[in-house]
Amino acid sequence: MSKKVAMAGMFTALAMIFSYVEVLIPINFGVPGMKLGLANLVVVVVLYTMGAPMALAISMIRIVLVSATFGNLAAMLYSLAGGLLSFGGMALLKKIPKFSIIGVSVSGGILHNVGQILVAMAVVENIHLLSYLPVLMIGGTITGTLIGIVSAQIIPRVTEVIRKS
Amino acid sequence: MKKGDIILICVILCLGLAGFFLVRSMNHEDGGTLTVTVDGQVYETYDLDEDQEVSLDVDGWHNHFQIKDGVVSMTEADCPDQYCVKHSAITKVNETIICLPHKMVLEITGGSQERDIDG
Repeated sequence: MSKKVAMAGMFTALAMIFSYVEVLIPINFGVPGMKLGLANLVVVVVLYTMGAPMALAISMIRIVLVSATFGNLAAMLYSLAGGLLSFGGMALLKKIPKFSIIGVSVSGGILHNVGQILVAMAVVENIHLLSYLPVLMIGGTITGTLIGIVSAQIIPRVTEVIRKS
Repeated sequence: MKKGDIILICVILCLGLAGFFLVRSMNHEDGGTLTVTVDGQVYETYDLDEDQEVSLDVDGWHNHFQIKDGVVSMTEADCPDQYCVKHSAITKVNETIICLPHKMVLEITGGSQERDIDG
């Protein structure tokens, strides 16, 4: 049990570092919310190796800690909405055998953006934010696929270590 | 990669592309006015024909934007995420720059006032 807690703490720290590293990567398409989604790499790997409850916990703790450190309350609100929706979609798709880890990761990336846009629309009371969605969907599909491919490479390599804990 | 993944990716890409061109076709009109809303309330409107630098200090927040040749860009803000500053410049009707932490929206509205009179 204590090893499991240590493992969860390590993954949370890793997800936080990924969130930070992502800010340093100067990808800017002039569209808010377009990013690699490196932190989702951790959530996907944990979802497949340690199970859904642990993945949800790590995702939520990461968002709260990152928002408290680098952002503010508003950022936390829309990140949590994105994180919850993203996790729900991924946990659901993982249960359907027709989808592999790539489909799961793509759905996670896109639903994160959908959740953020919905909350942002509610916060600023402006429906035209919806016009960001198509570009974010296309971007999310590409980055989601990449994250899925990388996760598929990582999981077999870490499964043994995590099982022992 | 399984069949379900490919179908999912294709469906999302198609929806995304369709949405992208739909948005593009709707936002083709050059705007005449910039409307600034804070917390859902219209704060101020600005004429796009007039080049100007505007500093907004609302609720202790600071935002600075620029109107030049009918193009609006946020040049400075003290929000933590800086999405509004990184946002590409806007010029067409319905295009927006949002500063979410400050609940501020810059939105291009309506045709220019001169064109309205012409109608």
